[in-house]
Amino acid sequence: MSFLDLDQRLLSLAVQAELVYSPLVDIKEFPKGVDVALVEGAVSSTEDLEKIKNVRARTKILVALGDCAVTSNVPSMRNPFGCEAICQRAYLENTVNPLVPSQVVPALLPQARPIHEFVKVDVFVQGCPPSSDAIYQTLSEILEGRPPILAPQTRFG
Amino acid sequence: MPREIRIDPVTRIEGHAKITIYLDDHDQVRDAQLHITQFRGFEKFCEGRPFQEMPSLMARICGICPVSHLLASAKACDALMAVQIPPAAVKLRRVLNLAQIIQSHALSFFHLSSPDLLLGLDSDPAKRHIFGVLEAHPALAKDGIRLRQFGQQVIEWLAGKRIHPTWVVPGGVSSPLSTEHRDQILAGIPEAIEIAQRTLDWFKGILPKFKEEIETFGNFPSLYMGLIDADGGWEHYDGGVRIIDATGKILAYQSAGSDYPQYIGEAVEPWSYLKFPFYKPLGYPQGLYRVGPLARLNIAQRCGTQRGAQELTQFKELQKGPVSSSFHYHLARLVEILISLEKMEKLLNDPEILSPHVRAVASANNFEGIGVSEAPRGILFHHYKINEQGLMTWANLIIATGHNNLAMNFGILQAAQHFVKAKKLAEGMLNRVEAVIRTYDPCLSCSTHALGQMPLLVQLVSKDGEVLDQLQRHK
Repeated sequence: MSFLDLDQRLLSLAVQAELVYSPLVDIKEFPKGVDVALVEGAVSSTEDLEKIKNVRARTKILVALGDCAVTSNVPSMRNPFGCEAICQRAYLENTVNPLVPSQVVPALLPQARPIHEFVKVDVFVQGCPPSSDAIYQTLSEILEGRPPILAPQTRFG
Repeated sequence: MPREIRIDPVTRIEGHAKITIYLDDHDQVRDAQLHITQFRGFEKFCEGRPFQEMPSLMARICGICPVSHLLASAKACDALMAVQIPPAAVKLRRVLNLAQIIQSHALSFFHLSSPDLLLGLDSDPAKRHIFGVLEAHPALAKDGIRLRQFGQQVIEWLAGKRIHPTWVVPGGVSSPLSTEHRDQILAGIPEAIEIAQRTLDWFKGILPKFKEEIETFGNFPSLYMGLIDADGGWEHYDGGVRIIDATGKILAYQSAGSDYPQYIGEAVEPWSYLKFPFYKPLGYPQGLYRVGPLARLNIAQRCGTQRGAQELTQFKELQKGPVSSSFHYHLARLVEILISLEKMEKLLNDPEILSPHVRAVASANNFEGIGVSEAPRGILFHHYKINEQGLMTWANLIIATGHNNLAMNFGILQAAQHFVKAKKLAEGMLNRVEAVIRTYDPCLSCSTHALGQMPLLVQLVSKDGEVLDQLQRHK
């Protein structure tokens, strides 16, 4: 969402880079030979894990975007409680037919963890969310072939 | 031979989902299920934390509508403190919520759904996105970007940050509005109204092209639920909960949001992390109801603004009784953008909006509190319990997209039965099934979490696992 806050800068970005995969587009398979991938969120399910490995294998520069990706932040708040306890609250209490979903949906990993614990991350952009300026700066620097230095624009939270 | 078609992931929505379409022995669509594939557990992991932290924490449920969660959460906290917040704080929270309705509706209509509406449901999937619209219809795409920017900018001026601001606090808001920011917002409203009206006029003009989709995109009788003001008018922040049936008959006139456990039950299905709320008196799953823009316009008898009133009247002329096609969520969303802009202008022209008295201070005085407000995609309940120390012991959240879960499942089944010809699968057929989901503008992060990627591979698989047919959206 913060990416979309680039507003009119999206227009110039669209000229310089091709958006090949995103929740905003209908291409459903992560393509091969991707130059830059911005990845949000912590790794919390078996599906997330499969996806991040696939993204890593097909991407030159992997950017962990936002505090959830960088530290696992809010998703990791479940870690001290464990999967069973969070499912108990949501699905076994207060429902008319208590059961924990297990068909088709991916299993939760015992803990939600940051991306870099599973695959190599090239650039970390903190913030909840990172400002659109920080995102723009990151992409501009990468497009210019420079490693982005974001310290002045970003902070956790 | 039972077979299934899987759409994975559903795209141009917020959050993670897949769809399975089940076929019978004669390749006719038998059932369809929407699977929400992520789960985080806010209701549990908030335990032990001070209730004052909840607005900021709960806002993290969602990056599109953090303001909705901020507001519902802050209202639950107001109830825990047993305070009536200052009138200026109510008005400022209202302006913030209206800004969020504008930006979120603009995102849904322009960024996510306009590619289907402008480029076509059968157009090349590689170009069927907002950048494709920018290329083919730059004026409309720029309007969309501008309108969303306006909503986000208002949020930033009011609350200091576009996404996850901390300005809304238990007891009110943390700082008054400056004259400068009020004037900046007021200066931007005329252009935004122009864009909204222009888009509405254009969209109403192309509606006849979507006759088949209007008839089959989740077009069925159902209940509708949403907030309503004391005069039966359109409401988004306070008021009572109204529920009407498919004929428009009022089932619940002005129920208190805090009574929700009496009329809303929650069911769970083994194939989705998103629960299925239902209207208790009718049971599960007969108690299916819809929330969000379509429901709000269906239950509102008036909206109290000039341009909005005209559009609301026209909207109600689409059908005798409540408008029943989920396709019309799109139109309802545009009407609500207009209503929101006009309401925002009224609020900002009220001198009280600049009052420095914007926060009531108290410690916890109740052990249980329920907050209700309207998110862009529908009504939202936050229900908290705390102990003597003001630490959270329990929470239940019923979120807009959850309310629509039964309706979304019913809608994709209807569209799949109409459009999906299993013997000769085409991409456009499946895009239509996904487009039904897009009409509801679900915010799946709101019950789950975050971003990820999976390929789309639709396979027809026989019972013993043999791949009979295969369709890949992109290689």
